Amino acid sequence: MSNEHLNSVNPNDIKYRRKKNAEEMKHQVITFALMIFLTLIAFVAVGYDGFSSWFTVPFILLLAAIQVAYQLYYFMHMSHKGHEMPAIFMFSGVFVAIITVIAFMTIIWW
Amino acid sequence: MHAEEKWTAETWPASPERQTLEAKNKFTGFWIFLGGETVLFATLFATYLALKDKVPSSDHMLAKDIFEMPLVFATTMILLTSSLTSVYAMYHMKNFQFKKMMLWLGITVVLGASFLALEIYEFNHYVHEFHHTFTSSAFASAFYTLTGFHGAHVAFGLCWILTLMIRNGKRGLDLYNAPKFYLASLYWHFIDVVWVFIFTVVYLMGMVG
Amino acid sequence: MSSYAQKQGVGAFLWDYLTTVDHKKIAHLYFIAGALFFVIGGLEAMMIRIQLMEPNNDFVSAGLFNEIITMHGTTMIFLAATPLLFAFMNAIVPLQIGARDVAFPFVNSLGFWLFLFGGIFLNLSWFLGGAPDAGWTSYASLSLESPGHGIDFYTLGLQISGFGTLMSGINFLVTIINMRAPGMTFMRMPLFTWTTFVASTLIVFAFTPLAVGLFFLTFDRLFGANFFDVAGGGNTIIYEHIFWIFGHPEVYILVLPAFGIFSEIFSTFSRKRLFGYSSMVFATVLIGFFGFMVWAHHMFTTGLGPIANAIFAVATMAIAVPTGIKIFNWLFTMWGGSVTFTTPMLYAVAFIPSFVMGGVTGVMQAAAPLDYQLHDSYFIVAHFHYVIVGGVVLALLAGTHFYWPKMFGTMLNEKLGKVTFWLFLIGFHLTFFIQHFLGLMGMPRRVFTFLPNQGWEAANLISTIGAFLMAVAVIILVINVIVTVVKNERVGNDPWEDGRTLEWAIASPPPYYNFKQTPLVRGLDPYWIEKMEGKKNLTPAEPLGDIHMPNSSFTPFMISLGLFIAAFGAMYQYDMKNDDVFANPAAIAVFIIGLAITFGSMMFRSAKDDHGYHIHKEELIDDLDKGGKA
Repeated sequence: MSNEHLNSVNPNDIKYRRKKNAEEMKHQVITFALMIFLTLIAFVAVGYDGFSSWFTVPFILLLAAIQVAYQLYYFMHMSHKGHEMPAIFMFSGVFVAIITVIAFMTIIWW
Repeated sequence: MHAEEKWTAETWPASPERQTLEAKNKFTGFWIFLGGETVLFATLFATYLALKDKVPSSDHMLAKDIFEMPLVFATTMILLTSSLTSVYAMYHMKNFQFKKMMLWLGITVVLGASFLALEIYEFNHYVHEFHHTFTSSAFASAFYTLTGFHGAHVAFGLCWILTLMIRNGKRGLDLYNAPKFYLASLYWHFIDVVWVFIFTVVYLMGMVG
Repeated sequence: MSSYAQKQGVGAFLWDYLTTVDHKKIAHLYFIAGALFFVIGGLEAMMIRIQLMEPNNDFVSAGLFNEIITMHGTTMIFLAATPLLFAFMNAIVPLQIGARDVAFPFVNSLGFWLFLFGGIFLNLSWFLGGAPDAGWTSYASLSLESPGHGIDFYTLGLQISGFGTLMSGINFLVTIINMRAPGMTFMRMPLFTWTTFVASTLIVFAFTPLAVGLFFLTFDRLFGANFFDVAGGGNTIIYEHIFWIFGHPEVYILVLPAFGIFSEIFSTFSRKRLFGYSSMVFATVLIGFFGFMVWAHHMFTTGLGPIANAIFAVATMAIAVPTGIKIFNWLFTMWGGSVTFTTPMLYAVAFIPSFVMGGVTGVMQAAAPLDYQLHDSYFIVAHFHYVIVGGVVLALLAGTHFYWPKMFGTMLNEKLGKVTFWLFLIGFHLTFFIQHFLGLMGMPRRVFTFLPNQGWEAANLISTIGAFLMAVAVIILVINVIVTVVKNERVGNDPWEDGRTLEWAIASPPPYYNFKQTPLVRGLDPYWIEKMEGKKNLTPAEPLGDIHMPNSSFTPFMISLGLFIAAFGAMYQYDMKNDDVFANPAAIAVFIIGLAITFGSMMFRSAKDDHGYHIHKEELIDDLDKGGKA
């Protein structure tokens, strides 16, 4: 799915590329549908009074993480070739982010 | 390969956003910038979590008192959809369909502006209904700073996309402006990523109590 | 400088520097600005030591002393050490990787002007009501109460400066990732480039929390927010966490490039390749990684609890391991090499014991129970001056001598250089070694005076004498610079005669396009490889062709100026007497005008397409014929 082939004026090539692009776009729409679905579940989980907050909070956080992974890998093309450096920096950022959030939730006393 | 030579659908390269050195540099630099933005929002989230519901007296509203589902659901759907529309724009860019790209970018801008309008309405509601202002409590300061920084990023993104559309409206696609459109769309996806965490951590967790 | 440049008048010369996007000229700008701020910070240090020369001294008042210690720390770290390191990074890293400039020359210039305007804004506080006085850390409870606008100069000045640093960090990262010459894999990059890479990563992830923390402090002080105001539900420990999540990686941002400079110096003047290259790279990355996990060792006494303290204590001690690996590798580089004790090499050899002393006191402090005794005492002051002066400042002085010819085309005088070295080294140890004992004897830090008959008089006096020695050393360095500039004896491409890396293969200073033909890198220490095969020049990787160069621009200056103006508006809109936000319409107008200048300049930049210009290959051939070095 990397679309990294050489430039050429071959009309078969453009048909092939258009087809590949359309296929990718179809995957993007499916991803979008999935994201809407995940969002809906999160809202329903919170709206429904039957669940305890010990379940709901980790559950919606997990849904958020899954949705973000879809955004990064599909909408933002992090799954494509040539994204090694971006992935390294994004993961380093996430690493620092997680440490910061954990610190603020554990070693800030009142 | 000169950035501004004339292209056709057949000659247009497969990854137009990374064909020149300048484009590759912008691509790499922007992702590194997004790594930094991740840490920026993480710090704001961490502060919000530490200051959630920290108010000076029981007269002040807490998270479970203020946040309501319908508005948040609406803003979330709008922003998520705008992310899809920007993907459509990039799809058309890859296919060298300049006019269709501009159309979908325009729809993205309209959706983004609606998001902002709803958010401004929401803040106005909190200020007048609950006296929940930036200066009223630590919880409020943290809330408005986090959502405000996100809103400022949305506003900046809208200005960016609009500027690109106006500046390049008469030019068509070339290898000089393709990376610019691509980066603006990456930025737009990133602020959607941040919103996913905001609606989960701030609003949904706030409503759970 | 090319013969073309020498024909310029003063006005054209100044305009050249005001609008340059050339990394080599930007290096000059960082160097001069950093050196000026170093002198200012040094004068502040002298005033501290004079005040503490004897008990119950009244050279300066208590309030003024607080301002001086705050400005000394803030200036030295943000406005002297970092910019001077940036000077070397700008001057040398693109050359070391065989590139013609950095990835974003315009942003490079913008980074410099933002730094400069931020630094000027901060120092204007001296003349506009008083400097910040809550320490370089500006902890929230104290800084919220500080009367006057001193702290606001701190928050707004460092915010502007910080944006510049962040941009430069991203710039170096992209340059190193994307613009290495053919054949230069990551594991063939010189150590100075590697340390720049890791330090730039740290900048991107550490300066961002600082920006957030400064925003919070600004919002609390000038816009009525309640982040740190306990009465409003706020929490002051949040500030400490945010500050040190920045502050600890910051010291590695300073020390890693210093390590890089010493790696180059050790191998060059031992005429031997760096020992254990892979482990040096690995150690650098590990130090960078661990640097983010130890920040709370600055907060052991705040009540985080024994488990948190223990975790951070162990993590802190762990950083000593990769650092120790580096020390051993430097020593093994010298062992069996053909060592020449030039001035840079003297600094490098002195750095080893000095930095190690600072490092071991760091490991002592990492033991949380001991830190309960040492925290906020002169022991801590001794520790960090040993690592910063013994590590970073010695590297800056070494780098000044080592890279002077590449940056300016002349050589600093070796004799004067050695005099500076000895005076500075002796003065440094005199000042700070004795402070370990002062700390152990119980003298607290940040005190403007002390009482007599506690056994502290002699030590403080000795400490002050050391400071005077360092001042004399710096004066001699300034004389050295003046003499060198006046004599203007030009040197060739490899004046130290043992250059191993690409920067020594081209003229001193290089032509504005750096490399006529991008070189082909055939291994580690690529210039050394060519030398060992008897070649005078590098193997080219491409035929002679047109070179694409960026255009100069005045816009970075304007963007920075706009933020500088806006900062005044942001500061003065708040009426301190009546606790009234947005009280001052004139200030609000200034704020809006400043932002308009900034965003207007950015729009101007977006509106006009700037594709640079091309040097045609015919001009390059002419240069060759005139005898210029390739």
